Amino acid sequence: MEERYTLKTTGLTKRYGDLGALEELTVSLPQGKIIGLLGPNGSGKTTFMKLAAGLLTPTSGGIEICGEPVGPKTKAMVSYLPDRPYFGRQTRVSEQLDFFGDFYDDFDRQRAEQMLTALGIRPEARFRELSKGNQEKAQLVLVMSRRAKLYLLDEPIGGVDPAARDYILNTIISNYDPQATVVISTHLIADVERVLDEFLFLYQGRVIRGGNADTVREETGKSLDELFREVFKCLPNC
Amino acid sequence: MNWKLTGDQPVYQQIMAAIRGAIVRGEFAPGQKFPSVRDLAAQAQVNPNTMQRALTELEREDLLVSGGTSGRSVTRDEAVLRAMREQTLRTLARECAEKFQVFGVAPAQAAQLLLEMEKEE
Repeated sequence: MEERYTLKTTGLTKRYGDLGALEELTVSLPQGKIIGLLGPNGSGKTTFMKLAAGLLTPTSGGIEICGEPVGPKTKAMVSYLPDRPYFGRQTRVSEQLDFFGDFYDDFDRQRAEQMLTALGIRPEARFRELSKGNQEKAQLVLVMSRRAKLYLLDEPIGGVDPAARDYILNTIISNYDPQATVVISTHLIADVERVLDEFLFLYQGRVIRGGNADTVREETGKSLDELFREVFKCLPNC
Repeated sequence: MNWKLTGDQPVYQQIMAAIRGAIVRGEFAPGQKFPSVRDLAAQAQVNPNTMQRALTELEREDLLVSGGTSGRSVTRDEAVLRAMREQTLRTLARECAEKFQVFGVAPAQAAQLLLEMEKEE
């Protein structure tokens, strides 16, 4: 069976002035997989996410999602979780649910409400009243409640405690849809590696290693976390 | 089921070992219906694709039987279950022997120690 790709890039390059953030990146992310985008700080993870989400334009090269160049059409298929809180602090959870309902045709409000109730987050609460962990969980609930083709989760477990990490990873797994692709960027590899199908190690804007997670464990006898430490130990500036 | 998964071995193989163990210990009866991929993946906190792969491999070992739309169940084949039990105990014995070997104790000597343990009890 031919493998289908949700996202394809060819020679994707992004520079901020003289600074290269991504260099000639050519990758294909298969449908139905959970993919870890792993790399030290400043390796280009967030730039990649923003390019795929259509928030940045490439300096050169191309990026396609389900065969479409990034644009309004792909934005409707992509659900993006930024690496920092982006909901207004004064906004109520219920208002944010309204926004999502208005903006996205694929938003499943009932599902979002169920998950928020399970978390004990009240719809009338304002975001500033929520703890950091609950803010992050509420954002993830909203993002995962869309029936998207591609989920881009930038550091979804960055600032939360281990129990909340488990909850977040469970949310990702249980909302998993075989038609969709999930990209998770993080440097907390030990926490996410059990849920990954595939991984990409990113360093200074380039992919320096990648593949199937279990195959690499079989070949090296190492966890992705150990492999990461080994690969990045010998590289300067990280 | 006891899901203690580590990162340094293929996750699907660890899942297979955990499920084999649970069946051999009798946590699942012969012919018993097996939970869905989704439920098991959530329980073990692993990717559903990985769980799917482990269950497919266990089907190939004839330990699980696919019932089409009704999901999977544990085999009723006594011979398969016996062989699996045998294999699990042999693996346990080999691991045990390897641990004794580290201290320069040969298997025969180790067996002697095990027999003495029985007397003490």
